Amino acid sequence: MFTLTEIQSALNNNDPHFIEQLAQKAKTIKEQFFGRTIALYAPLYLSNYCSSYCTYCGFHSHNRIKRFKLTQKEMHQEMNFLAKQGIENILLLTGESYNVTPLSYLKEAVSVAKQYFSNISIEVHPMDENDYKELFVAGVDGVTVYQETYDRVRYAQVHVSGQKADYDYRYGTPARAAKAGIRNISIGILLGLADVAQDLFALYSHLHDMEKDYPGVEYSLSFPRFKTIKGEDFAQSYVDDKTFIKIICLTRILFPRVGINLSTRESAQLRNNILELGITKISAGSNTSVGGYTLKTPEEQDPQFDVEDHRSIDEVIKLLKKRNLDPVLTDWRRIELE
Amino acid sequence: MKTTHTKMHDTPFVIAGKSFSNRFLLGTGKFKNKIDLAESILASETEIVTVALRRIDLERHEENILEYIPSNVTLLTNTSGARTAKEAIRIARLAKESGYGNWVKIEVINDSKYLLPDNNETIAATEVLAAEGFVVLPYMYPDLYAARALVKAGAASIMPLGSLIGSNQGLKAKEFIKILIQEIKDVPIIVDAGIGSPSQAAQAMEMGADAVLVNTAVATAGDPATLAKSFSMAVAAGRLAYLSKLPQQKDIATASSPLTGFLYE
Repeated sequence: MFTLTEIQSALNNNDPHFIEQLAQKAKTIKEQFFGRTIALYAPLYLSNYCSSYCTYCGFHSHNRIKRFKLTQKEMHQEMNFLAKQGIENILLLTGESYNVTPLSYLKEAVSVAKQYFSNISIEVHPMDENDYKELFVAGVDGVTVYQETYDRVRYAQVHVSGQKADYDYRYGTPARAAKAGIRNISIGILLGLADVAQDLFALYSHLHDMEKDYPGVEYSLSFPRFKTIKGEDFAQSYVDDKTFIKIICLTRILFPRVGINLSTRESAQLRNNILELGITKISAGSNTSVGGYTLKTPEEQDPQFDVEDHRSIDEVIKLLKKRNLDPVLTDWRRIELE
Repeated sequence: MKTTHTKMHDTPFVIAGKSFSNRFLLGTGKFKNKIDLAESILASETEIVTVALRRIDLERHEENILEYIPSNVTLLTNTSGARTAKEAIRIARLAKESGYGNWVKIEVINDSKYLLPDNNETIAATEVLAAEGFVVLPYMYPDLYAARALVKAGAASIMPLGSLIGSNQGLKAKEFIKILIQEIKDVPIIVDAGIGSPSQAAQAMEMGADAVLVNTAVATAGDPATLAKSFSMAVAAGRLAYLSKLPQQKDIATASSPLTGFLYE
């Protein structure tokens, strides 16, 4: 394990030679453990109802956006649109509303998604172990839950009310999901919310503990950076590209087998440049509004964050092939255990 | 000068009654594209390739990996992704139902950090699948008790790891694989995982392994087909060395001419 001091010193070191060395090492490790493959996924927002008030989020409960939740028919329409373009890994998202999108609604969404996709992950409100068990049986392969920041003071400042204000319940979520049998667990921090080195160190420690306690789970990490929402600025601070790249590389070196996800929050140019530095999974052709793929016009949409990389799935696949990378659409086949 | 050396006769490499002339097996993951894979199969003349069922896209959009595997090559579906015997059994049955035959490489891994196989679960899966008529090749940690249990459970071969999957570390488990080679005579031993270079593959064969399976080293090479061919040649060379009754390495010096021969003259 790295120490906090080592992470701090790496993040503060802007010597181009040092950064290049990190990048080279990360690239070698990535190729050794994952080969020249990049998995693809797409997010699908089911609902933007939210009962938590998180100051930085476009969906938060005090924000006057149009609230919307997909009906079963609308789910089919949106999912069919993505499946037709080749997407097999789907990430279903909601705001955090235990009342509007309860377990029963999520199970319904999963049962529809099973008709279209081979791998289903969810990024929804944290739940109890039994709920995750039900979702696992229903067909959920992956759970994504970000702590956002591990700095308790900062956490309390930005998560003002709602269930998300409970730091410890959120922290225990990956463990509850693992106990329930979930195969893929994705955790992460929102870069720019608090001190980056400290958050990174805490995230690594969290992952390290999870790996020890639940070795059978496949883990992945995400490092979303603050983005504008409809052009509006919600950020406390910004993490620059150099730091961002160092974080990706450090993570790859420290956790050779752990997945690293990269969303369309990042620009096409940056994504192109860091594809080989340790990233294992990218989203493509994303829309971050409920009904954004087929149901709502751009004017009607309230995105969770502004997408930077607008290339279609097909364009991304072509680019990967051109770069001698194998775009992996399916890496999972659901097995129903009798 | 005319030599009298005749061609070395090798015993055939047989798994479950099927004979193979090439002792190099290729895994199909991690390639940058499927053309590289197809060329590697051809260049190496491998006769057995493993494919993870979870990477076969049956009904959908992705290019089907199987189209790149010649029909004369034996397909060994692996249960990659299985964390328990139950899951491995389910995957094997699914592969068979989907028309991929009954040759299955059991992989049960419940540790995403080291990807070490769980021998106990592997034995349990082997027992069930062998009884169902599958040709079962279990990937295992080189443990003698487990190897015996696998043979008893009906394994058609055993596949001990050389070192950690994808590590290119070579024969870290050498001494334990040697024990398996000495003790397990009923089924062929295929060294799988961690073999990073042709010389390491040759070494495994010199020791008496029956075959070697390689994936990562080939898939991530600059020129996969050339390396695949090189591996295949190294495996054949190692086999010849083994058949030649290669003198073993010794810990103490031994003179080429005996020093005490005069006593008996």
